[in-house]
Amino acid sequence: MNLDILSYGFMQRALLTGIVVAITCSMIGLFLVLKRYSLFGDALSHVAFGGIALGFFLNIYPIWTAFAVSVSTALGITKLRKSTKISGDAAIAVLLSSGFAMGVLLISASHGFTIDLFSFLFGSILLTNVQDTLLIVAVSCGVIATLIAIRKPLIHFTFDEEQAKVHGIPIEKLNYLFVALAAVTVIATMRLVGILLISALIVLPNITSILMGKGFKKTILISISISVTAVIVGITISYYFNLAPAGTIVMLMVAMFVGTLAAKHAGLFSKNVLQEENNPLTNH
Amino acid sequence: MSVNALDVENVSVSHNGVLAVNKISFSVQEGDLLGIVGPNGAGKTTLFRAILGLQNYQGRIKLFGYEGNQYTALLSMIGYVPQKVNFEPNFPATVYDVVAMGILSKKKLVKGATLIQSCGCCWNRIFASSSKDSEKIEEALKIVELESLKNRRISELSGGEQQRAFIAKALVKEPLLLILDEPVTGVDMEVQNKFYSVLRKINKENKITIVWSSHDLAAISDLANRVACMNRELFFHGEKDEFFANKDLLKTYSESAMQLHMHKHDL
Repeated sequence: MNLDILSYGFMQRALLTGIVVAITCSMIGLFLVLKRYSLFGDALSHVAFGGIALGFFLNIYPIWTAFAVSVSTALGITKLRKSTKISGDAAIAVLLSSGFAMGVLLISASHGFTIDLFSFLFGSILLTNVQDTLLIVAVSCGVIATLIAIRKPLIHFTFDEEQAKVHGIPIEKLNYLFVALAAVTVIATMRLVGILLISALIVLPNITSILMGKGFKKTILISISISVTAVIVGITISYYFNLAPAGTIVMLMVAMFVGTLAAKHAGLFSKNVLQEENNPLTNH
Repeated sequence: MSVNALDVENVSVSHNGVLAVNKISFSVQEGDLLGIVGPNGAGKTTLFRAILGLQNYQGRIKLFGYEGNQYTALLSMIGYVPQKVNFEPNFPATVYDVVAMGILSKKKLVKGATLIQSCGCCWNRIFASSSKDSEKIEEALKIVELESLKNRRISELSGGEQQRAFIAKALVKEPLLLILDEPVTGVDMEVQNKFYSVLRKINKENKITIVWSSHDLAAISDLANRVACMNRELFFHGEKDEFFANKDLLKTYSESAMQLHMHKHDL
């Protein structure tokens, strides 16, 4: 097997976007998972689909409409949840179905099925053009830089909202910023795995790395490594064996999760427990 | 001129029309260790939440003589350890990570310190003012004797160890005031005693003002210099000896706690 895969422009673009998106998803995903918002990304991707359909309907570059619709919906639902106390899972169900319904409706209304529904559902990483690549990379880098800048208050806020508030962190503003970043990330991710599989990229690398019992920094680095590996290997395998890239990437992540779970079960990460027995301070 | 660390004036809190805290007034001087006693449901936690800006209330609360925006600015310099910190059990934070969350930004620290100095109060820093954040974290871990567990996940620790980690998190911001809400309820004796020695150390050596609610009258009589007794209303506030000399008060308002106390001495 030679590396002719890298000589194609579409492959270079696919790998570049894939890697950047994988890093962004891992970072934002860890906070989503810890805040028990795991399915929020899924709901937002369905809303983004509605936004894309709106773009086609109005004849505007669909990514822009997707950005506008998802970010405003994400902020709106956060505000609504605060004032009406709708439970998180119900809010996600409403978002998910209404966003998707809007998409299907608008696509049917724009006549002529020139839009490839399949590529939105399952991703079209190999079809990414130069304009899309630049946009996705720029947006992802923006999200990564913002997350790095707000990491300290964001970690505190995710750990314990009330303590963060007493600590003087403006938790409401922070929450809106975070939700907007999540919405932007979802749109950047749609190209890679499609709206139906976005949750996998947000959740799987993070629950796998959380299993390993490390601190925050290591957990996020492990999560990033898992998802970048899955993206590179997944795209490569899908190229050589002519498989769907999105499915391959997600299945690789599932395999790593199951493998880690089995390893944990077999006691591979239990070094700490053994140390504890020899530690007089912990023997109460 | 010296100002009280905390002034609570006529503070009332109602939950759905029911008064949880009824017109309570008391003040805490710098360096005090005030023990607050009262049965479960007496409104101690509600009162603390009002002080911390987490609860709407009627009346006035002053921190080092300040209200309004300056109060909010000083709020971040209060160390607060609740009865139980509710965190996601899978949260991948080590003890060190948790303590690091308590670090206050330089800007807030300077603003708080300026306010405090301008009202003539002395602020006793726990750590050398030049020390780096990592040094402060290590030092705070040392105070609560958790250095050896610093790389362990917070969720792997026992309840008492977790509370000690949260105390370190409260200390690392170099608080002007430490508010502890029944921090060792349900924790075994050995850990409680270790916790009490930490409390004594930071109050006596670091001169940190502490407001502490507890059912453990023996510990309060050991450590506190002042006592407040409340059950929605304030029934007593004054010197410790005065409180423990008043048998009626003890009997009426701390019966269940008293039994605990007796039981402990029978052992």
